Amino acid sequence: MDHFPTNWGRPRNDAYDPYGTYPIAHRPNNGPKDAFADAVQRTQQPIVTGTSVLAIKYKDGIMMAADNLASYGSLARFKDIQRLQPVGAHTVIGAGGDMSDFQYIQLMLDELIIDEFSAQDGHTLGPAEVHEYLAQVMYARRSKMNPLWNSILVGGVKDGKRFLAYVDLLGTTYSASTLATGYGAYIAQPLLRTAVEGKEDILTEEEAYKILEQSMRVLYYRDARTIDKYQVATVTEKGVYISESRRLDTNWSFAEGIRGYGAQTQ
Amino acid sequence: MTSIGTGYDLSASTYSPDGRIFQVEYANKAVENSGTAIGLRVKDGVVLAVEKLVHSKLLVPGVNRRIQTVDRHIGLATAGLLADGRHLANRARDEAASFRDQYRQPPPLKQIADRLGLYVQAYTLYSSVRPFGISTILGAVDKTGPALYVVEPSGVFHGYHGAAVGKGRQLAKTELEKLKLSELTTREAVKEAARIIYLVHEDAKEKEFELEMSWVGDETNGIHLPVPKDLQTAAEQAAKAALETFE
Amino acid sequence: MFRNTYDSDNTVFSPQGRLHQVEYALEAVKQGSAAVGLRSKTHSVLLALKRSTGELASYQQKMFRIDDHVGIAIAGLTSDARVLSNFMRQQAMSSKMVFNRPVPVNRLVSAIADKAQVNTQEYGRRPYGVGFLVIGQDTTGPHLYEFSPSGNSYEYYAMSIGARSQSAKTYLEKHYQSFEDASVEDLIRHGLHALRETLQQDKELTTNNTSIGLVGPASVHEKAVPPTGSFRILEGEAIQPFLDSMIAKEGPAAAQAGVPPATAATTVQPAEAAAGAAGDEDVQMTG
Repeated sequence: MDHFPTNWGRPRNDAYDPYGTYPIAHRPNNGPKDAFADAVQRTQQPIVTGTSVLAIKYKDGIMMAADNLASYGSLARFKDIQRLQPVGAHTVIGAGGDMSDFQYIQLMLDELIIDEFSAQDGHTLGPAEVHEYLAQVMYARRSKMNPLWNSILVGGVKDGKRFLAYVDLLGTTYSASTLATGYGAYIAQPLLRTAVEGKEDILTEEEAYKILEQSMRVLYYRDARTIDKYQVATVTEKGVYISESRRLDTNWSFAEGIRGYGAQTQ
Repeated sequence: MTSIGTGYDLSASTYSPDGRIFQVEYANKAVENSGTAIGLRVKDGVVLAVEKLVHSKLLVPGVNRRIQTVDRHIGLATAGLLADGRHLANRARDEAASFRDQYRQPPPLKQIADRLGLYVQAYTLYSSVRPFGISTILGAVDKTGPALYVVEPSGVFHGYHGAAVGKGRQLAKTELEKLKLSELTTREAVKEAARIIYLVHEDAKEKEFELEMSWVGDETNGIHLPVPKDLQTAAEQAAKAALETFE
Repeated sequence: MFRNTYDSDNTVFSPQGRLHQVEYALEAVKQGSAAVGLRSKTHSVLLALKRSTGELASYQQKMFRIDDHVGIAIAGLTSDARVLSNFMRQQAMSSKMVFNRPVPVNRLVSAIADKAQVNTQEYGRRPYGVGFLVIGQDTTGPHLYEFSPSGNSYEYYAMSIGARSQSAKTYLEKHYQSFEDASVEDLIRHGLHALRETLQQDKELTTNNTSIGLVGPASVHEKAVPPTGSFRILEGEAIQPFLDSMIAKEGPAAAQAGVPPATAATTVQPAEAAAGAAGDEDVQMTG
């Protein structure tokens, strides 16, 4: 006989405490489990997505570029989305992947920056701290099997030091003088490496901009999830500056000459 | 205070026979013992100023702040128990963050004052806690323009054009009433605030003090910041000069 | 049983708006042996007087390392100090983990101050019975803070806490203007001089009863200090060169002058005062 009223009316489990010997506080729950407990499904794929982000180090700091498109599958759904965001006075982040997750990250970082600001004690978060924080959040979320579906570049300058690093939905991090996420990791990264590596302390702002613009143009030709509207962020000792949207000059006359693909008959 | 010692004044959860809650009144005494804090709500912003009594010459000047920042656009100055002031400021930050989380916009000051009022009032209900020993001046520029509120130990809060709490509040209020606050700029208000703090300190001349000032408004792009050094120095010099002509 | 109607509970304001229980907690700090802290442009140092319960007993611990860049000296209830320093260590580790940043010293001090404030406002608790001197260095340089059970914290050029700390304070107030540009050796010597003021008659600072804690580049008497100048505690033979650097006081008469009467007799009942005086040697709970 089970003398504990809390167990009455519940199926008995003889494999576990059949005589009700446990004190109430440690009572095993023999009742039915949450009917949906083993049927929870978390994010399986991103929905509204941004594509590549590119970033390089140059003489005075770092420069980052991303286009203004948020796709819905293969549909070019939102065409004036800003994917670069300043975080405090020394840092910029750029995100590819799920745009709603990115918006959540932006809110999270904004709260962090307000906390930091209200301390009013002369301590501010630099790019290295923001990156470490993001990496911890991303890794914690993936460990709960509930990732924030983004790959993010974090760049900035603080106390005379340039910083540029990557973090993604798995919590993976790495750092290099040129970085690219998404399709750009395949198409633009080799171009950036050739143009930048070994010249990080020489490249001027104009040269850095030229390199990014050219890489964005190559991506626009080859990546079907881009548009020709993009923004560039520069971070120097002076602070963060994010440009207005710019257009890429492109030339499609070569398309006329392509044969063996599409609707043409000959 | 004839009811002292009758036992009706030992708990915030006890009324006296004539309907008073003595513990709240005693909390106000803690406020009165502290250095004066004032707030000026003017044409294009808000200025907060505090008479920070310096209890030791070994203190590092300029760092032990009594004006705190709650959100980008909200400042908070307290008079009374310093540690209680920090407690309430932390609560205010949580409330501001919570408002942002729910509404995705910067909190209007009235909302924050309202929520802090409720929080402070809860500490007047139970014998298991004591009321806050502070009066709190809140200043901000929000979507309604410049705003200034004071939260009392009872939990009551009011909006003000000019507010003063702490030991020298009577004199400070008299001085504030002489000003045409709605016509002043924040720059002018900084000068007036410095003058008033120097004036009310005259009563406790023997004690050292430090003037601490902050402002928020068009001058600061709507961000709550300490008043810049050069302006503060100029205001203090003018205040000292005004004091001599005053006498 | 109680001294007045309003001091039995920390949730009660006196008619003057005072919190007697908090004020008594501040007295608990004065029961502990003294600690002194000083700061220069490059260094922060702590000095503390250790007590021993007798010939066969070891000396108590007065200093705790919190993180590479922060350390504390305590006066008051050692057990309370251990709880609070544990909390500080957690905060420090959390900052390292989440931001890869050594926690700013002022925020560490504010965090325990905020914790202490709660104990002055809610029923069923007592205020902490311990005061700290906290030294540390961060991106804004070296710092010295005092934490007290009232929930207040302040930054100082120099400060002392614990039994007869007023004498040390008097010394510090006389000399603090020279600390800013002082060498670490001079800073420690000033600290030892200040600490000496808190000694009972016929006692002196020895390698057994003195602790020195510091942050900043190595002094000439130290070996194997990492270039970051992280917090370290010097004890035993390591402090002999610093003790040797002290300048002897002029005669016993001069030593007496300026030393106020023993531990705040004004606030301690006669019977307790006697116990307090005896307890200077053997109070177990107080640091």
